Amino acid sequence: MDLISDRGRRVSVEELNTSKLLAHAAKQARDRKFEDVMIVDCDAHHYENEHMSEILPFMENEVFKQLAMAAGAKGSRGAVAPGTFGYQDMGGRVTRYPLRASEKTENNRVRDVQLGERWMDAMGVDYSCLFPTGMLNIGLHPQKEMEFELCWAYARWVTEKVIPESGGRLYTMLCLPFSDPEGCLRMVETFGDRPGVGGFMITTVRERMAVYDNAYMKLYRAIEERGLALSFHSGPNWGSQTFQSCNRFISAHALGFSWFNILHCTNWVVNGMGERFPKLPVIWIEAGLAWIPFLMQKLDHEYLLRPSECPILKKKPSDYMRDMFYSSQPMEIQDMGALETTFRMINAETQLLYASDYPHWDFDLPSTIWDLPFVSEKAKHNILGGTAARLFKLPPRNDGQKQNLIKFGNLKAA
Amino acid sequence: MPEQFVCKSSEFKNGERQIIRLGEDEVGVFKHEGEYYAYSNYCVHQGGPACEGLTIAKVEEHLRPDKTSMGLSFSEKDMNFVCPWHGYEYDMRTGCHVADKRIRLRKYKVVEKAGDVYVVA
Repeated sequence: MDLISDRGRRVSVEELNTSKLLAHAAKQARDRKFEDVMIVDCDAHHYENEHMSEILPFMENEVFKQLAMAAGAKGSRGAVAPGTFGYQDMGGRVTRYPLRASEKTENNRVRDVQLGERWMDAMGVDYSCLFPTGMLNIGLHPQKEMEFELCWAYARWVTEKVIPESGGRLYTMLCLPFSDPEGCLRMVETFGDRPGVGGFMITTVRERMAVYDNAYMKLYRAIEERGLALSFHSGPNWGSQTFQSCNRFISAHALGFSWFNILHCTNWVVNGMGERFPKLPVIWIEAGLAWIPFLMQKLDHEYLLRPSECPILKKKPSDYMRDMFYSSQPMEIQDMGALETTFRMINAETQLLYASDYPHWDFDLPSTIWDLPFVSEKAKHNILGGTAARLFKLPPRNDGQKQNLIKFGNLKAA
Repeated sequence: MPEQFVCKSSEFKNGERQIIRLGEDEVGVFKHEGEYYAYSNYCVHQGGPACEGLTIAKVEEHLRPDKTSMGLSFSEKDMNFVCPWHGYEYDMRTGCHVADKRIRLRKYKVVEKAGDVYVVA
């Protein structure tokens, strides 16, 4: 296939085959004997927006369903789901974006499951938490009714058509229609007990989001009492007022992922959500790690000066932050000393969860954790999968993994 | 020094590349403006197939004497190749990362003999 390069020049590259593209990852997995290490990828993606014709029929409200399905018809100018600006593929430099449609799969199995198996097998990943891609922008939809309908339809489709076909290797944390608190609660009550649902996810790509609002307390309680996780998935929003002065995508991207987690994590902590729901596992996803030491220091500093503004807290903000979980990707690895300090500050041995973010452009392989020189063997096993195995009750896939889970105290579900 | 046959010179067109095995390494061989360049196909970032992605002219930004920007443009002379995994971008002639020359791929010598192209280990 040809890719468009400079001045319209065409460059021939092979059609996409994920297994072939990731052949070097497979070599890394063999060299490191990952077969005996249980690896859980807490943040992988599929392109659900390429399956809207399958998803939209699951919408409940007939009027919104008709609007959505008509908008997808040929010749329509309609747009069902919101999008954001940007160049994730860097002009085709990350070739799996423009080549994605060229990848061949078997007709008799769910395409996204086949693609998931290819990248999991190549990386040595045993389980992946599957998140959508386009739906991460659902919080930008101006209609809360449509936000609910699309989240509902996706939840039905992914739990009824996709996850069940994965042989237990894919699980998910379902996207919540956060603009609709009652709708969120209904989602938890409806889907919370379904196989393959490890929790619920709130995309932080929103213009307004009050995580502390009383309207959400029933929702958090419902997730907590089911033993499920609540995750906040970050993302860039170049169109946001905050980033209007960024003239390069790199700026909006680098700041956006960090900023939205910083914003909502701050609100979560200073409003004492950790005191209110101490047994609710909260995971902050896809903002990397560098923002966490900054926020810990900043909030601890101001808390000692202004405790009257957050009287619910019984310990420092950083202590509450250390009670929460963080996904590893995209791990800022340029300054190894800074990264080591970050691991210490977040208590990575028990609070850090490996994530690839595959197939997105800045994915991390398991070797990014395994090869770190300052991390203990126990911490490597915990981060790569042991902690997630306990959190999501995932069993080992072979005896070598089982022995390692036992060795490091992570065998819960087997 | 052992040599590894790549292909016949007549079959190696400008703008094309070949990926060959050389001992434990994979090597990407490029032909660019009549010259051959060969580098390890393992990206120094996370080990991706560094030589198998897009080739694209270097993007530049020039300033006027008063320090105002003339905007972004493609270079007229510098060509890069890009690791398809994450976009690590390397200079075709040196194998150095375009943003940090200390980051570089292992470079191999390429020789042409009797109409054949070889990489020297």
